[in-house]
Amino acid sequence: MTDIKEPLMPAIGVVTDIRIDTPDVKTFRVVTPDGKKPFEHIPGQCAMLSVPGVGEGMFSITSSPTNEEFMEFSIKKCGCVTEWLHSMEVGQQITIRGPYGNGFPVDTVFAGKDLLFIAGGIGLAPLRSVINYCRHYRDRYGKIDIVYGSRSKADLVDYNEIITEWIGDTNIDVHLTIDREQPEWDGHVGFVPNYVKELGFDTNKVAVLCGPPIMIKFTLAGLIELGFEKTQIYTTLEMRMKCGIGKCGRCNVGSKYVCKDGPVFSFDKLDELPDEY
Amino acid sequence: MRKVLLESLDSLFAAIAAKNTLYIPVDTNGGAKFEKWQEGKKLSNALHTTKSPKDFFFPQSECLMKFKTEGKNIEIIDTRSESEDFAIFGVRACDARAFKVLDNVFLKEPVDTYYQNRREHGIIISLACDRPAETCFCGTFDIDAANPDGDIVCYKTESALYLDAKTEKGQGLLAAVEAATEPAEASEIDAAKQQITERLNRLPLADLKSDAFGAGKTDTYFNAPEWKELSEACLGCGTCTFVCPTCQCYDIKDFNTGHGVIRHRCWDSCMYSEFTKMSAGQPRLTQLERFRQRFMHKLVYYPENNDGLFSCVGCGRCVSKCPIGMNIVKVMKKLGGSVND
Repeated sequence: MTDIKEPLMPAIGVVTDIRIDTPDVKTFRVVTPDGKKPFEHIPGQCAMLSVPGVGEGMFSITSSPTNEEFMEFSIKKCGCVTEWLHSMEVGQQITIRGPYGNGFPVDTVFAGKDLLFIAGGIGLAPLRSVINYCRHYRDRYGKIDIVYGSRSKADLVDYNEIITEWIGDTNIDVHLTIDREQPEWDGHVGFVPNYVKELGFDTNKVAVLCGPPIMIKFTLAGLIELGFEKTQIYTTLEMRMKCGIGKCGRCNVGSKYVCKDGPVFSFDKLDELPDEY
Repeated sequence: MRKVLLESLDSLFAAIAAKNTLYIPVDTNGGAKFEKWQEGKKLSNALHTTKSPKDFFFPQSECLMKFKTEGKNIEIIDTRSESEDFAIFGVRACDARAFKVLDNVFLKEPVDTYYQNRREHGIIISLACDRPAETCFCGTFDIDAANPDGDIVCYKTESALYLDAKTEKGQGLLAAVEAATEPAEASEIDAAKQQITERLNRLPLADLKSDAFGAGKTDTYFNAPEWKELSEACLGCGTCTFVCPTCQCYDIKDFNTGHGVIRHRCWDSCMYSEFTKMSAGQPRLTQLERFRQRFMHKLVYYPENNDGLFSCVGCGRCVSKCPIGMNIVKVMKKLGGSVND
């Protein structure tokens, strides 16, 4: 926690690097004013970033906890706060508080297993943290498959990291796809759910899904068709949040608060909740 | 137990006010309202204040912090200050229980220190309901208006006010104002308590039961077809949430004063469409989903997270204030809360 005495009180974060990932996604590197990582986290956890006078918003931490120097956030421009964040220059201070949420069960359920990560568009942001965590502790996990799709090549978040670091890494297969043919692309073309079915994974693994609701829906159906159980498939939810600590009352799905009981849920647990997300 | 004659009530208030800031319900054009006691302020006879006393611990709006920005730099200014001791006189059994409902939210880890600070400095002097109203149904949620929670519990008879300290805080205050009171026997209020119980038993909603609700009932009610009819006329005005002693949802907003930014917290309502609206979508598309959320939270979700405690206390404010006459009583009856005929 940034301040154990008051969870709503943020700390100052300094933006030390801004990477243009896609036409509408930038990745921001954040440290404390004395150059340290703001706080420790578990892959899949989130942080509240704010621009005083504009607003505060919950973002997944895209850097791995194993990164000891800084924290990164991949943010899509889609509203007031994100628009302001996109207009920032290096050196800008923002406020940061967290970490929030449960995170992925990387040291329990995932340990020793083959892992299948499936992301669509900006859905890669929360998965990048867990993917890089698993790459760091490579011997704790089995084979890793990553299926990642976007509208176009330019919309693939972290494309450089994927091609320079992930592809070719030990026992990792990366399967990229884009929605429509384009001249400079010789990879797979088609939607993520169909690609997952084409690739036809064995079911002796844990799958993690993150992306637009429509992608989640059809990919989940595809995995079930392949023989996966809902207990083996995880996702991370998005809801409007103000406090991050289960008190402001708006991110609940049934009796669970996404900010503290989530955002990571396995689909069998989601089935126990009302269909309101 | 101590007592004070009703004609000497002012001297009791003066004695309390000499030690702590004292708030009592007084009559105003907008109904009864808690106001700071000072010489001349008269205790209202109204059963309820229009707004509940949750304001004392969870104000309708409060500054959380301030910011100063200069170029690319931000300064965070912690505006918190230690609260002073204060006493609230005349809290009804329903509202006293509501503090427990709020405590379960705000004092659960991670603790909300803004709330905690005020809560620790507040002394609750509750007042048993000698004249419960026909909109009252606290008994539905196992609240006994003849035995309210509170640091000091008071009973009013024809001639005197009896004070019974229930906590260390209450004992401390009662000891400090001993000179303004006289000794009394517990048996002196037996008749008054008995009369309250009899009146409670005769209330029109006395038979409303909560048994059909509580933890584990999400599947039973979430997709009930009744929500459509129940929510149809809801205006989404949020009056029910604003008068509710247990509604605790809040918003955090920044306001640029021109000389800096104030980040404030204010009450919010799940009845509003903006409440859950994100750039990525809206999980509660129509008033049906918002309406359902409010009642499911009070009757199912909250009990599920809080050992079965309901987050309705049956104060009846929403019953009398809703502009379309919809309320939790109708919801409970329609969905299956049985009224024994």
